[in-house]
Amino acid sequence: MPEVLVRARRLTKRFGSFTAVDGIDFDLYQGEAFGFLGPNGAGKSSTMRMLGCVSPPTDGELTILGGDPRRNGPAIRARLGVVPQEDTLDVELTVRENLLVYGRYFGLPRAVIRERTGQLLDFVRLADRADDMVEPLSGGMKRRLTIARSLINDPAILILDEPTTGLDPQARHVVWDRLFRLKQRGVTLILTTHYMDEAEQLCDRLVVMDHAKIAAEGSPRELLGRYSTPEVVELRFDPADHEDAAKRIQDMFTGARPEVLADRVLLYVPDGDGALAAVLGTGLQPITSLVRRSTLEDVFLRLTGRSLED
Amino acid sequence: MAARAESAEPGWWGLTVRGLRCWLTVYRRIWRSSVYSSVLGPLFFLGAMGFGLGSLVNRHGTAGLGGVSYLAFVAPAILATQAMQTAMSESTFPVYGAVKWNKMYIAARATPLRPADIYRGHLLFIVIRLAMNSVVFLAIAAAFGAVSSPWAVAALPAAVLCGLAFAAPVAAWAITVSRDTAFNYALRFGMTPLMLFSATFFPLSQLPGWLRVVAYLTPLWHAVALCRSMTLGTLDAGSAAIHVGYLTALAGAGLWAGTVTYTRRLYA
Repeated sequence: MPEVLVRARRLTKRFGSFTAVDGIDFDLYQGEAFGFLGPNGAGKSSTMRMLGCVSPPTDGELTILGGDPRRNGPAIRARLGVVPQEDTLDVELTVRENLLVYGRYFGLPRAVIRERTGQLLDFVRLADRADDMVEPLSGGMKRRLTIARSLINDPAILILDEPTTGLDPQARHVVWDRLFRLKQRGVTLILTTHYMDEAEQLCDRLVVMDHAKIAAEGSPRELLGRYSTPEVVELRFDPADHEDAAKRIQDMFTGARPEVLADRVLLYVPDGDGALAAVLGTGLQPITSLVRRSTLEDVFLRLTGRSLED
Repeated sequence: MAARAESAEPGWWGLTVRGLRCWLTVYRRIWRSSVYSSVLGPLFFLGAMGFGLGSLVNRHGTAGLGGVSYLAFVAPAILATQAMQTAMSESTFPVYGAVKWNKMYIAARATPLRPADIYRGHLLFIVIRLAMNSVVFLAIAAAFGAVSSPWAVAALPAAVLCGLAFAAPVAAWAITVSRDTAFNYALRFGMTPLMLFSATFFPLSQLPGWLRVVAYLTPLWHAVALCRSMTLGTLDAGSAAIHVGYLTALAGAGLWAGTVTYTRRLYA
């Protein structure tokens, strides 16, 4: 059994009368990539700040690397790497200076920082920009630099809050590729995301968060098996007919619990082509129809009745 | 590897020094322009006040100034005022910017540093800036013949203390500010009157009695009186203790408040 690095029980964060995190339980094991999937405002970032020991829990238990964040903050943070949601790079310094300043916060000797800077900039493919200012770097490069910076202290856990939010698809894939390599090297990752594909690609295990609570937990495969069906039929109707068509489909597939969204009807079935043929057989005429595999987006929809991007 | 590793469990001082280093790294980029202004500023001031205004004042007798030249009267006041100005400019916008613009504080809080270390590290940098500016000023003032006592050496720590008495509480406040326009009010309506009415350019005896009482309560008056007693060699232990005590109390109260406000702001 791998070592438990983080243990949370009834972990709660309140801001005045607002409850951002409402009594969640989870364990993080050595070497895994653990994800918090949920829409904006679900409580993911508040959870990450508590894990980063910069936001004391209001209630519940939290043990990180064997320590209590309230009492052992500096010692725990010395062993964490944090990639915050918003870049906190000093854009008036060079790439190398950013790593130097950050490494010095951890009390690392200059020689160690110099050596690691070379390795880390190679790893995030910024070696050729080492002496450039940060300001003109692209969003994707800044993100990669933030990741390199978070690794300067050789952390036991890397915490990433929405690591690819705001990046274009290509830059996102480069970041995913680097994070995947870290995972292959055995770095323990915790990340939050509201991108289902990010969670599917990177996470060994994840929790779905909604309204400050954990709605479900498991590996992406387990969650798909438990909360969704292998296939999904997406049907889009003329807005004028949408309600009527949705009603007829709901009556037809009572067992499959069709999800009726504002613009689409989703049918959760084992056999998508069969279900689509059955729909078309009744004379319903969708404008577009699509049979696809089910994703974590569907898991979230089935759990909460809402889509992640809302 | 022969590199010296720092202790794994650093104390508050070790963490404070770590909080200082980032400011030094940033300062390395801008030190030339800052030295420029900290040399030229006092040169202009001493030139204009000491010689320009001073020649006019000296002609009418300086008994009201304690019998010293106007230059010797005004130089220690400019020293203290400059310390206040350095402290105010370093503890307002940079503090705000470290949360909102370059996010130095936000980056640092993810490391072993606690909010109190981040605060003290920044203050330590301000202390270094104060010492640099004050050394330069004292040297220039001495070269102009505005210093008449070896006690003037003690005006250096006095000026630094004066700056800290401003920087510590002002930074403690600046971290709580949500819009940077607040600083302009503080500089305009806080610092400017202090600069004008703290026995800087004329003795307090020129002011009406009630305003004199107000002046006695302000930190800059104490700092000016302390620095002046040192450069002129008129120091007496009793009043020096009052001035130092007042400024130390202000700095201490600021340090206490800053630990609270920084923690509240950075550990939400």
